Amino acid sequence: MATRLVEVQKLKKWFPIKGGVFSTTVASVRAVDEVSFFIDQGETLSLVGESGSGKTTTGRTMLKLLQPTSGKIIYKGKDISKLTPNQMRPLRRNMQIMFQDPYGSLNPRMPVGDIIREPLDVHSIGTRKERQQAVATMMETVGLRPEYERRYPHEFSGGQRQRIGVARAIIINPELLVLDEPISALDVSIQSQIINLLQELQQRLNLTYLFIAHDLAVVRHMSDRVAVMYLGKIVETADNDELFDHPFHPYTQALLSAVPVPDPDVKRERIILQGDVPSPINPPSGCHFRTRCPYAMPICKEQEPAMIEVAPGHTVACHLLTRK
Amino acid sequence: MSPFETEVQLAGSGPESYFSMVIRRLLKHKLAVISLGILISILIFCFVVPLFFKYEPTYSDFSYLYGSPNSRYLFGTDNLGHDTFTRLMYGGRISLIVGFSAAILPIIFGIIVGAFAGYYGGVLDNILMRITDAFLSVPSFPIYMALAKVMGQGVINIILVFSFLGWMVDARLVRGMFLSLKENEYAEAAKAIGVSNLRIMFRHLLPNAMAPILVSVTLTVGGAILSEAGLSFLGLGVPSSTPTWGNMLTNAQQDIFIAPRLVIWPGIMIFITVLSFNFLGDGLRDAMDPRLKL
Repeated sequence: MATRLVEVQKLKKWFPIKGGVFSTTVASVRAVDEVSFFIDQGETLSLVGESGSGKTTTGRTMLKLLQPTSGKIIYKGKDISKLTPNQMRPLRRNMQIMFQDPYGSLNPRMPVGDIIREPLDVHSIGTRKERQQAVATMMETVGLRPEYERRYPHEFSGGQRQRIGVARAIIINPELLVLDEPISALDVSIQSQIINLLQELQQRLNLTYLFIAHDLAVVRHMSDRVAVMYLGKIVETADNDELFDHPFHPYTQALLSAVPVPDPDVKRERIILQGDVPSPINPPSGCHFRTRCPYAMPICKEQEPAMIEVAPGHTVACHLLTRK
Repeated sequence: MSPFETEVQLAGSGPESYFSMVIRRLLKHKLAVISLGILISILIFCFVVPLFFKYEPTYSDFSYLYGSPNSRYLFGTDNLGHDTFTRLMYGGRISLIVGFSAAILPIIFGIIVGAFAGYYGGVLDNILMRITDAFLSVPSFPIYMALAKVMGQGVINIILVFSFLGWMVDARLVRGMFLSLKENEYAEAAKAIGVSNLRIMFRHLLPNAMAPILVSVTLTVGGAILSEAGLSFLGLGVPSSTPTWGNMLTNAQQDIFIAPRLVIWPGIMIFITVLSFNFLGDGLRDAMDPRLKL
């Protein structure tokens, strides 16, 4: 059995909204609301869901870039959710993140060699010369010419910048890499290059990925397991094939039915959801999805559905299960 | 397949340091180059030429008061028979030293205050900014005058007084820059790597805030030279026996109708110096932004 690298238990991240004369908390944005999942060593867990469902916040809170409101983050058997920023610093070697925006995530005033070398500097790894050598090797690994190390980020294309982002994230040999929509800002032709690079690196370096995305075709290609998020909650988790072949939750079904099939003759039934995602400041009672669910029942309004395992490794939170 | 499958040829020549890039780009900026040339000439004029010149600034030729320019006194003499040309050089020394020091000290202090306030936010920001507001609401000129009286006249005191009352605008500027810069993803990326807050502030954010800071510095140099002239004009700056461009203006005011050139020469020096600093600031700002095509 694979070893569990990280497990998140009932993770909550609420952003307070301050207001009034004395800046008291008048409401909260429930970006992540009691989310639980785990990732085994060497696997890729994908987190999918529409914009605003809390995927990115989940990823960042897991790395403690945001302080969780409550819940546990167990990394290799140790709860890191309460650690201070200083206590977290040595652990940051093991968990890295790659960002969505290839333009915003690189400091425009730093040559790319310095950007890639910085993790080594910060964690005092190797001598000056060794670091220089490591940067050159790493640039080659991700498909960049080492001669370009004195150049500035704006001199590179979007795809190349994402390669710089990858190089910076993996130069200190992390175990866990959060990929925060790493390809959604790129051209389709460049997307596949980055995906291939990430898969190749995963194999070579035995990396564990939390892949945050909304492109389901890429998710199917990349992941071992998939978790579907809606309005701050995970509604369904399953192995890759199981989820795509037997989606259970009405939201997952709607999401999957939106994936285009490259064959004009295939007749498909599209499930079109009505309305918009409700506000995370004031989510619906009971099941968060009930306002848009085609199968909503009275109980959905009163009670929050529990996570139920419908098949090995396939869990769903829906009242349709308990009624049968 | 080549390992560099996505490679596109990048423009420009080989690698270069940030410093040489700034210089190269600055040299493309005509107005800045001209200004830089003028400023270097002024520096040479004030600090090097006097070494080879015959008169002391205190030398008086009582037989030639209000003298017109001639071969001995290139710009003529003033009411005490001082050689105007010599005094312009020595006066420039003080004016430039005051200008530079009174720009550098407050910007350093302003950067520190603004960086902490903007980066950490919250209570610290509130405290620091309320102190800044308090300083800003003090009418500065009467305070200059009072402090100059209390601390006495002198070059060092002038610099200290300007620094004491000159950092607030810089602090606000830097705070504003940091407030927006810290939201950048590269700041979060640095945090994810484990970079300390101080290093994020001064190695990642500060270089990105340098352009407006630099412009502010060059404007302050000009402003400080003007303020020194103003204070000296009121008799509160540098003692009137020491020549500065401001003092020369003061001494010349009663003679403005007899010998207008005594006003014009220091006035022109101040004008050209301040203007050159402003142009140089513009050029530097553009040169320091690698994203900007020149």
